[in-house]
Amino acid sequence: MAERAALLGRPAAPRAATGFYGDAWRRLRRNRAAMGGLGVVLVFGLAAVFASLVAPADPIAQDLDARLLPPTRAHLLGTDDLGRDLLSRIIYGGRVSLTVGIVSVGLALAIGTLLGLIGGYYGRWADSVTMRTMDIMLAFPATLLAIFIVGVRGPGLNNAMLAIGVINIPIFARIVRGSVLRVRQEDFVEAARALGASHARILGRHILPNTLAPLIVQATLGVGSAVLEAAGLSFLGLGAQAPTPEWGAMLTNTREFLRDAPWAATFPGIAILLTVVGFNLLGDGLRDSLDPRLRQ
Amino acid sequence: MRYRFRILVPVLLLTAALLIAPVNLQGAAMARTSWDAKACGATGGTLVFAQADDAVSLDPNDIEDGFSVNIDSNMFDTLVRFRADGTQVEPSLAESWSVSADGKTWTFKLRAGVKFHDGTPFNAEAVKFTYDRQINNKHPYFPGAAPYASFSYQNVTKVDAVDAQTVRFNLSAPFAPFLTNMAMFSTAIVSPTAVKKYGKDFFKNPVGTGPFRFVEWVKKDHVTMAANQDYWAGRPCVDRLIARAIPDNTVRLLELENRSVHVIDQVNPPDYERIRKNKDLVLFTGPGLNTGYIALNVEKSPFNDVRIRRAVNYAVNKAALIRAFYAGVGAPAKNPIPPTIWSYNDAVPAYEYSVEKAKQLLAEAGYPNGFSTELWWPNRARPYLTQPPKIAEALQAQLAAAGIRARLVTFEWGTYLEKIRNAEHSMAIIGWIGDNGDPDNFLYVLLDKDNAEKGKANNYAFYKSEAVHSLLIKAQQVGEQSQRAALYRQAQVIIHNDAPWVPLVHAARVAAYRKAVQNYFPHPLEIRWLHRVWLAR
Amino acid sequence: MGRYLGRRLLELIPVFFGVLLVVFIITRLTPGDPAVVMLGEKATPEAVARLREVLGLNEPLPVQFLRYLGRTVQGDLGRSIQSNERVLVELIARFPATIELTFAAMLIASGVGILTGVIAAARQNSWFDGVSMITALFGFSMPIFWLGIMLILLFASYLGWFPISGRLDYTIDLARQTNLYFVDALLARNWAAAANVLRHLVLPAVTLSTVPLAIIARMTRSSLLEVLRQDYVRTARAKGLTEGGVIARHALRNAFIPVITVIGLNVGSLLGGAILTETIFAWPGIGRLVVDAIFARDYPLVQGAVLVIALLFVLVNLLVDLSYAYLDPRIRYG
Repeated sequence: MAERAALLGRPAAPRAATGFYGDAWRRLRRNRAAMGGLGVVLVFGLAAVFASLVAPADPIAQDLDARLLPPTRAHLLGTDDLGRDLLSRIIYGGRVSLTVGIVSVGLALAIGTLLGLIGGYYGRWADSVTMRTMDIMLAFPATLLAIFIVGVRGPGLNNAMLAIGVINIPIFARIVRGSVLRVRQEDFVEAARALGASHARILGRHILPNTLAPLIVQATLGVGSAVLEAAGLSFLGLGAQAPTPEWGAMLTNTREFLRDAPWAATFPGIAILLTVVGFNLLGDGLRDSLDPRLRQ
Repeated sequence: MRYRFRILVPVLLLTAALLIAPVNLQGAAMARTSWDAKACGATGGTLVFAQADDAVSLDPNDIEDGFSVNIDSNMFDTLVRFRADGTQVEPSLAESWSVSADGKTWTFKLRAGVKFHDGTPFNAEAVKFTYDRQINNKHPYFPGAAPYASFSYQNVTKVDAVDAQTVRFNLSAPFAPFLTNMAMFSTAIVSPTAVKKYGKDFFKNPVGTGPFRFVEWVKKDHVTMAANQDYWAGRPCVDRLIARAIPDNTVRLLELENRSVHVIDQVNPPDYERIRKNKDLVLFTGPGLNTGYIALNVEKSPFNDVRIRRAVNYAVNKAALIRAFYAGVGAPAKNPIPPTIWSYNDAVPAYEYSVEKAKQLLAEAGYPNGFSTELWWPNRARPYLTQPPKIAEALQAQLAAAGIRARLVTFEWGTYLEKIRNAEHSMAIIGWIGDNGDPDNFLYVLLDKDNAEKGKANNYAFYKSEAVHSLLIKAQQVGEQSQRAALYRQAQVIIHNDAPWVPLVHAARVAAYRKAVQNYFPHPLEIRWLHRVWLAR
Repeated sequence: MGRYLGRRLLELIPVFFGVLLVVFIITRLTPGDPAVVMLGEKATPEAVARLREVLGLNEPLPVQFLRYLGRTVQGDLGRSIQSNERVLVELIARFPATIELTFAAMLIASGVGILTGVIAAARQNSWFDGVSMITALFGFSMPIFWLGIMLILLFASYLGWFPISGRLDYTIDLARQTNLYFVDALLARNWAAAANVLRHLVLPAVTLSTVPLAIIARMTRSSLLEVLRQDYVRTARAKGLTEGGVIARHALRNAFIPVITVIGLNVGSLLGGAILTETIFAWPGIGRLVVDAIFARDYPLVQGAVLVIALLFVLVNLLVDLSYAYLDPRIRYG
């Protein structure tokens, strides 16, 4: 524990951070599973970013005379029930699904971190209020809370992102609060306080950088589960709306053809599976490489 | 209730021959002309029927959804009933009836010797009780909501039990559809003894006079009913009837294939082919009593211009929609009422699919390059709209070809209805399912100016035509059906020319069942009466 | 211990008040008038007005909330708008189905998960370790509604090993006392029914168990590996205990604390997953009830169901905390 405190206790001067994260990166690079995960994430990510260059066809162009075609040279992954090219839809769908994952986790990260910092740093009633609020949120199963939020705001991609973001706030708030409580007592924070540093400066320069490692790990894993959450909302008809190609919606809309045109429901499912696996492998790898306890 | 009618019910492509005789559309070999008890080829066994959702309530006076109607209709009777082959009515609990010269008093002679399942004798008091409990929400046995009361008892001011076997309905004004309303599920007669005994719990202890009596209800799982051996029209063929709720389309069909279910509803169009190929299964398709349409808000520019409205009509390729989303089993619509309803005007020409004509009309109206607008669609599958997002997407693409660039907009079902009722839309996809087979139930409700008040409208096009209005009001008041039919035919011509809608489709009624199931003909009203169905050994 | 329990229970009061308030506000914020949703296309203005009056929706919101609060405290959850059934009765009928399903899923997840995790840790870097951890990774990376459909197609439709959907064959008569069908079958000593219930349970429970199973297996493995590096374990090894003995007698108990936490936390995700699983398997549980009620704007039913779910949730977490004391004698509650 002493070793850990020493490590985390280092003031987060830029050079020192490079050292820590540089080490972490070196450890990560040696982790084959994590690099595999990173590879998968990068492939889908790049395909999503350059979708318009990569995709062979317009993802929403229908051809009602070419419905549910099996994979051929013209349509490498076949077509869906509106005669749209599945490969193109999966590529563009990646853009949508990854956006949902990243935006919702970003939202949860921002708000959760803020609440965690406030609760952990100021303590007392600020802590009570934020943590009781988190308790109330945690008393709802996440999916249920998401359904509620989408119910209030109406179905659609933006609201699905919002809902998934909100349900992930407590996780981040708790992580940050826990770290802050630990770091707050450290000598260097006491020292900064004694030197008359403002709360904002102490929080921003000393405390926040030291909670970064667990946040990176959780955010990476969170993107994966957000993609799954979005698929679940789509299954209930609350997620992305037509004609937006979102993987969960594609899976839901084609699963009725699972017996007659298995490819139509299988490829979007595989896309989700691979992406989430990718994020999970990467997250696990990051945890290992950022966790100083293994640094022996 | 998102799963309600998640996928549904499309229609037989009507052949020219069938169009000539709009009511009995099942084909001569299959037609059943009566509810005659002699039709039982065998008695006994358990019939399992599966639909996408469970009944909400087993009190027929307190329901509005098709799932409840299908179940409750097997346990209750109405004063008159729809014939087995269509929407005309025939005697049921009432043996005969007469109407006064001014059309304001209806007198029913009730069938003698009928008993409710609990032994209570059926009489005029029971009829009066059923009416009173629904119409007055301060009544001690008000059923909770009675959502259909104001519709089915329209114009009724009072019900008198003249004597045990005679009951009189007093109306404020003559109302031609009154008699068919007395065949609707919502006016089914309940046992007053049982209602008083169970109070607010009557909805799960239903007691009627119908062919099946209630046995057990496991919510969202199944309702078990047993044959009423003393049914006044002869006992039902099977001993037991079980109605299961299976929300997932694929799973419901798998259960049918697996023999654990005999009859399913809400068959998914992509599965039609699979069912047809299975030699143990039968796919029934028949014309439905519904219309899916796009309401064009005539108060909003540019849809206030009839040329624009006609252009939209020309731009839509209904045949392609039916091929893609109704598995080819549905009738393209040209009138607001489906051809299954008497007074359907087949002389009205359809707006054929023609991008050129659409573009030409747009140009004439001052939009040579088309225009941008919104196309609203409801986020819930309905019988007339099997796959809402996909149909909306396809329509969007078709309109775009004619230069009408429509952004797709959707809301959740309840919100959607409120918003289109408030006239917030330009174009909205919506539809209507017939309640009683009367043309008034479509034309007056959906297209009369009386129903075009913002916030309350059912006339989502906000179409206000004096000519149509006077025809429809007159048709409510004349008694003779042939006269009424003539008035409705005229109204359809005017509506066609004014084009407040794009009528899209009359979805078929579809059911799938195992070969062992005999004498099953899904009723044109989409209600699953199952007491004359029997199981081959 | 008693004081600790008392304090924990007291802390629940504000949480419950918060839950009630949040649910009330959310349901009222939701656009869509329940009267309109209920009446659908057929809503006439008179019918809507009448229904609103019947439902008490015309009163001011604070009045509605106070009424609701007062009734809830007295144990009256009101009546469902849609069915007119007492909410409590509705919940009593539907909750057992979900309890049975989640319990079975949790049993599978804990049993198989812990076993897999222990073996994987004991044989770190073996083929078993690799295969099981990869399987686990895929297990929680898969949309479960997709998995459920595929399981049905393979094991129920194609192979015919299990029924496709539902909780019990209609051919079997079973007196329903607890609505936990398995318990009912045992109470009635109806072994055929018990077997039938179990056969119906397998596929939905397996579907629902995948995510927590994967998490538990991974957590058990990593937690056990960590404990195995601790000094006292080294001591035990040095004393000449076999590896199996070390794990069984020393390491497991300590490794269980994070595992139990994970199990507790996953009861929540199970309830979420139950919404999807119940829809696919036509399982008449609380997950479907809640979603249907939200869509129907059935306020009393939504409020009642969420309250009970939250209660269950909080209690499970309390149990988790209490189990720490059993597992780790160093933890004391005062």
